[in-house]
Formats: sequence, C-alpha cells, structure tokens
Amino acid sequence: MRNAFADEITRLGASDPRVVLLSGDIGNKLFDKFKQQAQNRFYNCGVAEANMMSVAAGMALSGLRPVVYTITPFTTTRCLEQIRVDVCYHRAPVVIVGTGAGLSYAELGPTHHSLEDLALLRSLPEMTVFAPCDEVELRLGLRAALAQDGPVYMRIGKKGEPVIHSGQPGFRFGKAITVREGEDVCLISTGTMMPVVLAAGDLLGRKGLSARVESFHTIKPLDTGRLKEVFARYRLIAVVEEHSRLGGLGGSVAEWLSSQDGLRGHMIGFGTDDVFMHEVGSQEYGRHKFGLTSENIAETVSARLASLPSA
Amino acid sequence: MDAKIGKLEQTARIIRARIIENSHRTQTPHLASCLSCVDILVAAYFEVLRIDPSKPTESNRDRFILSKGHGAAALFQVLALRGYYPESMLDHYGEDGSVFAEHPPAPAYLPGIEAATGSLGHGFPLGLGMALAGRIQNQTYRVIALVSDGECNEGSTWEAAMLAAAQKTENIGVIVDFNKWQATGRSEEIMGPVSLAGKWRAFGWNTCEIDGHDMGELVRRLQQVPDGSGKPVAIVAHTVKGKGVSFMEDDNNWHYRIPSAEEVKAAKRELGVLA
Repeated sequence: MRNAFADEITRLGASDPRVVLLSGDIGNKLFDKFKQQAQNRFYNCGVAEANMMSVAAGMALSGLRPVVYTITPFTTTRCLEQIRVDVCYHRAPVVIVGTGAGLSYAELGPTHHSLEDLALLRSLPEMTVFAPCDEVELRLGLRAALAQDGPVYMRIGKKGEPVIHSGQPGFRFGKAITVREGEDVCLISTGTMMPVVLAAGDLLGRKGLSARVESFHTIKPLDTGRLKEVFARYRLIAVVEEHSRLGGLGGSVAEWLSSQDGLRGHMIGFGTDDVFMHEVGSQEYGRHKFGLTSENIAETVSARLASLPSA
Repeated sequence: MDAKIGKLEQTARIIRARIIENSHRTQTPHLASCLSCVDILVAAYFEVLRIDPSKPTESNRDRFILSKGHGAAALFQVLALRGYYPESMLDHYGEDGSVFAEHPPAPAYLPGIEAATGSLGHGFPLGLGMALAGRIQNQTYRVIALVSDGECNEGSTWEAAMLAAAQKTENIGVIVDFNKWQATGRSEEIMGPVSLAGKWRAFGWNTCEIDGHDMGELVRRLQQVPDGSGKPVAIVAHTVKGKGVSFMEDDNNWHYRIPSAEEVKAAKRELGVLA
C-alpha cells in the first residue's frame, strides 16, 4: 500500500498544484518522484510531528491541500491535540496518512503499533476516518480525500498487501463495498483484515455456510444504511478489525446498534485485546495471539451461529 | 511620524481602558496578559499589517496570529476598533451563545481571526504553515505570530522555530511578549534560565530585543518582516505585565484577578481615558 500511496500522490500532485506532501523524516526514497516533479511542494518536516500537523493545517487554511505522512502513532497520537484543534476545529482539509495499520509493524514493538487510532480519531468532530483494504480503495480514497473540504485520516498498511478489488468499484466515503455475496452470515471487514476475512469466508463455505463480505473502508461516517440492511437480513454479523475492540469499527457499530429496534442480527466483534503486545513477534504472530485469523473467525462465527435461534 | 505614533499611543490607551472595563463587566481573567501586549497589537493592526477589514479573507492579506490566545480580550477590542465587526457586538461578550470567550474562536466564527488559539504552541506553527503556503503560491503576504514567554515552554514552538529557519522562511515574524511572568510564577525560574533572545538566535532566527511598549520601535521592527537577511525574524519585546496601570504593573495576581468598579475607575483615570 505504501508504494501505491507514493504512486498515487505523485500522480495527483502532478495535476493539482494545491497538493503539498509533508513527511516526518521517513519515506525519502519513496517520494523521490514526487520531489522530482514538485520540489517546492515536498517538505521533510523532521522528527517533529506536532509542528508538522499544525503547519499542514496552516497550509490548508491558505488554499493548499497538504498530505501528512509518517508512521501511524506519530501522525495520530503523537500530535492528537494538533489534529483536534488545528485541523478539526478549523475544518482544515488536511489528509493525514498513517502507514503501518494495526500490527503491520508488530516487530517494532508497541511504540509502533496502531491499535487505538481509529477510536481516537473518529471521536473528533469533522474528521473522516478511512481504512482501505487494498491499493484500489487507497487510490480511490486519496482522490476523494483531496476533493473534499474537511480533514481525512487514512490508515494504510505497509507493502505487499494483495489486491482485493478487480476493476474500479463505485467509491464514496461512508459507503461500504460488497466484496462477496452470501446467505448465512455477514462478515464486515475494515482495512488490512480483508484477506483474512475472505479466507474465513472460504472456510465457512467448507462448513456449508455462505458468508457475505463487506468492506467498510470508512469508519466515519458510518454506513448506517448498509448496517440496517445487513442487521435486518442476517442472524449474525461479524465485525473484524486490526484494532482494539474498544472504540474502533466494532465499537462504532455497537453504538449504532444500541439505538436500533427490532433488528434480527446479533453482532460479534473481532479485534485486539485491551493490552500492549509487549513480546516480540511478527504481524502473523500478533494476529494469531488476538484471534485475528481466518480459522478462529470461521470457528467462532459458526459456533455462534449454531447457538442462535434459527428463526 | 511623531503625530502618527502619538495617535497609535492614544489608541492603545483606549484599548487598555476597554479591556479593563470589559474584564470587570464580564468577569474575564488574563487582564494583565492582555495589557502587556496591547501596544504590539495596536502597532500591528493600526499601522503595519496590510489588511482590509472589509475583506477579511482576501488571499494576499497579511496574517496576524495571536498565538498567546489568552490575550483574546485584547484582540477582540482591537479588531472591533479596526472595523472587522461592529463594536456593539462586544456588548454580548461572555454571554451564553456569544462568540467572545476567553480565547479566540475558529476563523469561520468571527471576522479578523486567523486561528483559534488558547492551547499554547499551536498558533505560531499554524502561522508557519500559512507563511510557507504564501511562498508556494507566490504571494507576498507576511505572517506575524505573537507568542508569550510562557508559551516558549511548549516544545512545538521550538519545532516550528527549527523548521522555519531550515526552510529560510523569510515572510514570518515572531514577536515574543516577554513580560517575565507566566501563570504561576517568573518565567525565568520555571523553564527559562537561559536568555530567550539567545535561544531564538541559536535556532537560526534573525533576532532583536526591543522595548515592547515603545510604539515607534514596534512599528519599525514589525515593518522589517521580511528583513532581507534570508532568515525568519524574532522580535523579543520586553514588556511589563499589566502595563499602563500602576497598581497592576508587574503584579502577577492580575493574571486571574478581576478589577472592582473602583479599580476600573482608578485605572481609567491613570490612562487618561474617562469616557
């Protein structure tokens, strides 16, 4: 996703002179092409993310479309107050990009994990929170972000994620994309979990259960229309995210659900526990530890379905 | 020039009187912090800035950022007198539903405001973004950010200072309202035992120290942004907290204290502003 981001921002920067790229002392090679074509619109802001975020807000208030890029914790929690006050309160059209979604940088330790960012950023007024599942959604979302007048937080993976969408799906923030149709259960995925969720759907298929798969690339605004539809139709809806179970997409769906009456569906959430993963491990290790595997999702979902009344 | 400076000084006296009256009437604190920066605001808004209050969002306007947002009660009076909005709007200061709080609102809510400040260490970095945006878009506007000495505790102030110097941002000036106090004590004792001007110099800024109540000097220095040095400009303005009223000057109790009706009368008498 990182490379797709660099490629897409280079394209967009070539056609839109308002696009300015700010990096917190990373991705220098990654952005060589952008720098070649628009040297005066690339700023390495150093290891000083609070200032970088305010500078971006100031640029956005002066007619530019700044895109801020660094590793997720440093572009979110490190400078949360700058995002809250300078970006959101001013409704400054800043695109905040965090690379290393969830446990993408598991090996780097908890300082580099991003398991609270969705919860924190979606609580800020004016903010759009976006987590693409692949580079197709990333490119579409980046274009949409630069075309809108308010701030967008974009949480992307690292590199080598598979492409999910063949062709160009219709795209709008706050509008989920149906990736696969199914009859018995609905799996809602956001961001980098999509390949795992699709694999879980395959495993459920082998158990004779047909799973619909939805890509909720936007956490905020929440696609409540799609939720209404699936909670009316399915007995069980599983929400899967590489994020704490506190306050992310699952929390968001649960908040919405608490205000609904008469829906058929029950919800089950998959995400990380309320802990810091202090031990060393790969992304696969971390996902396994928190049950974010296709096997666990398929197993838990089929068991839960069996326990629900069939009516 | 002398007549012009005299007129600015008179404007500053009127603003001071209005701030003190308003503090009493609306129970608004930070009085002494407002009084220490009145001369800076008046020099900027009534002489230096290239602005048109009837076009507050004109793209090539100079930007003034009150980074020390707790000086809002001073800024609100200055903007009204300068014609950004009717002075009668200030009658509703502090009322429920009013835009006039203890800190400036976002620009969308009040003409003339460039940034919602109050959390320290935000306004100057925002202003740096505006200055860089001006350069990218080939505009000639300048950005002046007014920071407090207490605000120089904030790390983000120095992050911005580093980037501004590294980018040779000539079209930004920072003026420090160096009144030697922060909320709870002497600023030198709390976080600043080292020369403030020396720090700005060390961070690569073309730095001068002036009397922050000398209107002629304020106008002259603020007009020299950019100053042709290829560096951003820092003006360390030595000020007196509570300036203009003998019983408030350099007394940090007036950071939060509200004046009584008697004290308002006495203050106005000293300022020579009776209306």
